[in-house]
Amino acid sequence: MSLARAESRRLFKRRFTKLIVIGALLVLAATVAGTWFSNEKVGATQVASAKAQADRDYQEAVRQSEQEMAKCQAAPPTTDGVPCSEQVWVPTPDQYDYTWYMPATFDLRSEFPNMISVLAVVLAGAAFLIGASFVGSEWSSGGMMNLLLWRPQRVRVLSTKLTVFLSWLTGLTLLLLAAWAGIFQLVAEVRGSTEKMTAGVWQSFGLTGLRALALVLVAGALGFALASLGRHTGMALGALVGLGALQIGVYVMANLAEFKFTEAWVLPVWGYAWLDKELVLEDFRSCDYSATAGCELDKFTMTWQTAGIGMAIVVALVVGAAMWTMRKRDIT
Amino acid sequence: MTAVLEISGLRKTYRGRKGVRNALDGFDMVVEAGQVHGFLGPNGSGKTTTLRTLLGLIKPNDGRMAILGREVPRHLPEVAREVGAIVESPQFFGNFTAETTLSLLADAGGVNRNRVVSVLDLVGLRDRAKERVKTYSLGMKQRLAVASALLKEPKLLILDEPANGLDPGGIREMRTLMRDLSDSGMTVLLSSHILGEIQLICDSVTIISAGKRVTSGSVSEVLAQHTSGAVKVRLEPGVDLMGAAQLLRAAGAQVALEKDYFTVGNASNPAQITKLLADQQIYVSELTPVSADLEDVFLELTGTAPVEGQNRQVDQSAMTAGKGGWGQ
Ligand SMILES: Nc1ncnc2c1ncn2[C@@H]1O[C@H](COP(=O)(O)OP(=O)(O)O)[C@@H](O)[C@H]1O
Ligand SMILES: [Mg+2]
Repeated sequence: MSLARAESRRLFKRRFTKLIVIGALLVLAATVAGTWFSNEKVGATQVASAKAQADRDYQEAVRQSEQEMAKCQAAPPTTDGVPCSEQVWVPTPDQYDYTWYMPATFDLRSEFPNMISVLAVVLAGAAFLIGASFVGSEWSSGGMMNLLLWRPQRVRVLSTKLTVFLSWLTGLTLLLLAAWAGIFQLVAEVRGSTEKMTAGVWQSFGLTGLRALALVLVAGALGFALASLGRHTGMALGALVGLGALQIGVYVMANLAEFKFTEAWVLPVWGYAWLDKELVLEDFRSCDYSATAGCELDKFTMTWQTAGIGMAIVVALVVGAAMWTMRKRDIT
Repeated sequence: MTAVLEISGLRKTYRGRKGVRNALDGFDMVVEAGQVHGFLGPNGSGKTTTLRTLLGLIKPNDGRMAILGREVPRHLPEVAREVGAIVESPQFFGNFTAETTLSLLADAGGVNRNRVVSVLDLVGLRDRAKERVKTYSLGMKQRLAVASALLKEPKLLILDEPANGLDPGGIREMRTLMRDLSDSGMTVLLSSHILGEIQLICDSVTIISAGKRVTSGSVSEVLAQHTSGAVKVRLEPGVDLMGAAQLLRAAGAQVALEKDYFTVGNASNPAQITKLLADQQIYVSELTPVSADLEDVFLELTGTAPVEGQNRQVDQSAMTAGKGGWGQ
């Protein structure tokens, strides 16, 4: 218990932690501000003005069309004999749907899932960095060695650090998710609509929020474990860069080898499927050389369960490796 | 007396790209309770490796160790509370203040945080306690490290080259501090290669060379076992020193001439000198054994005395050959 308290204090005394949290909050605030200013509430006046605008544009198009028609009919008939009615485009009213003239408005039901994704990605990035630096700078500064002189229980020390970090991360993420829901509810009320927001929709948002939380925890645990494996914050970042390069390589190779659904080999795609509940990958090559015009593309649906199992395996492997080396290694 | 620390047959090999290195090769050590024990050895002889192994930072290949009568590393978690240690150059997270650093350690080890102020005062860092460790000089970091080791009020205090980076005043303060701690009942194990230091404050010593113990015991015992065997010979004024020296050399003595006396290096039986000289009517006015100091013993035992025209490399130990006495 005393160790957990010490680690909590250490986490919050770190300047890096504060810096990254503040940075993440600023990005989130910018997202809220952007959404606020680029949307507006629509009511009868907006509908009327959109309808008027659509009508104006339609009338203008009709006028231009009539002018063309007149010009066409006045000219001597051409040899190819295409009648003017086919040469000149005649607009119809349904081509000027007023909904296209409506200003952007924030519809909570359809937009909020995207906002949860934004929150998840920003927090996952922050979690990776904070987790990596929390243990990485302990290793590189020699603080870890000092701590082990006080508590010579290596796995216990490392897992307490990780648990403390993930606990605070959970708290922060849940807090921000709640705030996020409140803020966008407000945005929707003032700058959009909260139509069709049933209890079921909120429940679905809640589940998406929990998946976002899991993604943030995964990122935090990975950053922590990689930095501990490499005994340096930089090693986690290096691993990330290496993974990026590897992913591009694997993607290119998979394409060259004409594998189906090459995107499935790219890890961020899993994260996407995880947050979005499912992701449909299509194989565009499956219709090559197909005689029938209406060929159906081969499809592969990655569900959040598949993606979740994949992520869980990766986390288990990396954290397990970190714990195992912690047990075994000579600390010099 | 009870042993606070026992090590026997300790072995550690490092595996590197350039093959294996036997850092410890069957090392033994015993430290009695209440003593200030000096742990001496040339650079790279395995002092730090021994302490790291003892404190569970590295795993030995063989050997057994016990602290306060309890087998380690198995019981290390229980005895850790009683052992304050610094290993090698002190390292701390640079962006924290000394106070934060120590209070975090106190929390982690379940020690009252109120002790932080008093140990910082004890090592002379009270007024700088709220500055970031990054801004400290080497000596100040060393003081902080000692403070961190004292924070637990340990029964056994292990300090790896604590004089590193300290100014003369600091070294003297450290010396007094250690004496005081020892007087209060603490056992202190002090690794060092500064011999004057050890001779001044230690009750007993262990000397390590190339991963093996070469001698141990109380300082006076170690000095007595390894008297230099040299004697200083002064003759009556006006007597031909040169002639006398030649006479002894002819008999096989190693004579070094000084201005008004000479020393005989390998005189295991000084009576022989007086006899030889008296036979030629040369009378000795002073014959004193040249007392060895710890430095001589150290250089002899570890074979690291400088040899003219040669750059001794670390790990190189010219275990002096042919120490046989003369005139036995
Ligand atoms: N991590 C390591 N890897 C390989 N060799 C090491 C390592 N640490 C120490 N050594 C070697 O072990 C020997 C003993 O080192 P050390 O215990 O630090 O000596 P001392 O503290 O007495 O100066 C040296 O030859 C050193 O090079
Ligand atoms: Mg050393």
